[in-house]
Amino acid sequence: MLKVENVVCRYGRIEVLHGVSLEVGAGEIVSLIGSNGAGKTTLMRVISGILPMTGGRIVFDDEEIDRLPAHLRVVRGIAQVPEARQVFAPLSVNDNLLLGGFRRRAADVPRELDRVYALFPALAEKRGIAAGNLSGGQQQMLAMGRALMSGPRLLLLDEPSMGLAPVLVDQILDTVVALRKAGVTVLLVEQNVNAALAIADRAYVIETGRIVLSGPSATLADDPRVREAYLGL
Amino acid sequence: MPEFLQFAFSGLTVGAIYALVALGFTLIYNASGVINFAQGEFVMLGGMVTVFAHAAGLPLPLAALTALVTAVVIGLALYRFAIEPARGASAVSLIIITIGASILLRGATSIVFDKNFHSLPPYAGSAPWIVGGAALLPQSLIVLGGAAAIVVALWYFLTRTLTGKALLATAANRLAARLVGINTNAVVGLSFAVSAAIGALGGILMTPITFTSYDSGTLLALKGFAAAMLGGMGNPLGAVVGGLVVGLLEAFSAGYISSSYKDAVAFLVILGVLFLMPQGLFGRGGVERV
Repeated sequence: MLKVENVVCRYGRIEVLHGVSLEVGAGEIVSLIGSNGAGKTTLMRVISGILPMTGGRIVFDDEEIDRLPAHLRVVRGIAQVPEARQVFAPLSVNDNLLLGGFRRRAADVPRELDRVYALFPALAEKRGIAAGNLSGGQQQMLAMGRALMSGPRLLLLDEPSMGLAPVLVDQILDTVVALRKAGVTVLLVEQNVNAALAIADRAYVIETGRIVLSGPSATLADDPRVREAYLGL
Repeated sequence: MPEFLQFAFSGLTVGAIYALVALGFTLIYNASGVINFAQGEFVMLGGMVTVFAHAAGLPLPLAALTALVTAVVIGLALYRFAIEPARGASAVSLIIITIGASILLRGATSIVFDKNFHSLPPYAGSAPWIVGGAALLPQSLIVLGGAAAIVVALWYFLTRTLTGKALLATAANRLAARLVGINTNAVVGLSFAVSAAIGALGGILMTPITFTSYDSGTLLALKGFAAAMLGGMGNPLGAVVGGLVVGLLEAFSAGYISSSYKDAVAFLVILGVLFLMPQGLFGRGGVERV
């Protein structure tokens, strides 16, 4: 479904991605793990079109989307839940979700809204409240709900567990699994490597802008290098 | 007392215009972080184009519409040809670009039209009503009513339409706005168009009472800027309140102190805000929850 081939990205003169390739098949949960500054978030932003890339190509559904601006990639079915949630703080929960459906046909929005509120009942109780006043976990749900409002086929999740209590982490990851059952493909960036490997089918390990390892989650979880560097075993 | 009322009437009338200019600043600032010092030029264009279109034989409503459309087209052109190509430039560079644009617009207006003062006939009679001993011109009520209608329309647009919410969302978080599929460049262009329209409407409303000329936009921009600062940069409600307060301060100091210091009031307001409360009356502090 998604093919990233030799993507190079630089901030000014500093190259942060040195030719990254990865693939996500329809219906998969693929996890991207790596330490701070490895280029995970950069790669996510290149895929969603927020950052320009300087080399390589990105193919989505057999079509090159490198030249497509970010707002049109949303139309194709790619939605990103950004790192640190990035909710529209002064706007209400309901408005945040409506904006998530910005590119949908107006007729589809109410149905999708009901679906998101059913998925995250905590949000339904707060629909009139400014998003900035929600707790961290609720903001994470809101950020996910907002991305789902666009009806994505590929969901890019950037560190959904960051700063959340363990109970909430489980809840968020359960939701990811449920979404996959509903037909959404997921590319997940996580520092919580245990949790990421537990729900993902396959994983890639990225180090300083290069993919250094990849394979089925179970294999990676047993790999001595992964165990040492990321699982602390 | 009649004196006090008289000053209050005239203060509120000019204050309403300042409020509209301040709203223009606020919209563009929110959407793009740019402080558009050409904002006063939209007001000037609203007045000047109406005057000349009317003199050329167009009926007044049509002349006003022509002025409105002209200002919007120029606002969009300002964005498309001056601001957008400089994307990524520092805030100071962008501000200098808008100052350059305002000089250009002033010069072009003086060549296309002329350098004289112009006025329009009042839209609804010129016989003042006497309220509490003070004279109230029908045109003052039109200015206040018109400004109120614009504020309500803008409020409705921003809070009740998806496009308006997209503008607020772009202001709140540009990255997230792009991620939900909002074309943020188009939103910034829209903010220039709406600001130009608001400015032009202000010019159309005020020209029957205040005269307009090719260079009347400069002071208006400064006073509107003072109003926006006073209200808290980026806050629409603050812009309206700030505008009215600057207008009232100006009218009272002109009346009770001396009219020669009238134009200094706006500068005193700017200084006062910077020294005493940099975030303005309704502005947010620099604290953000992360």
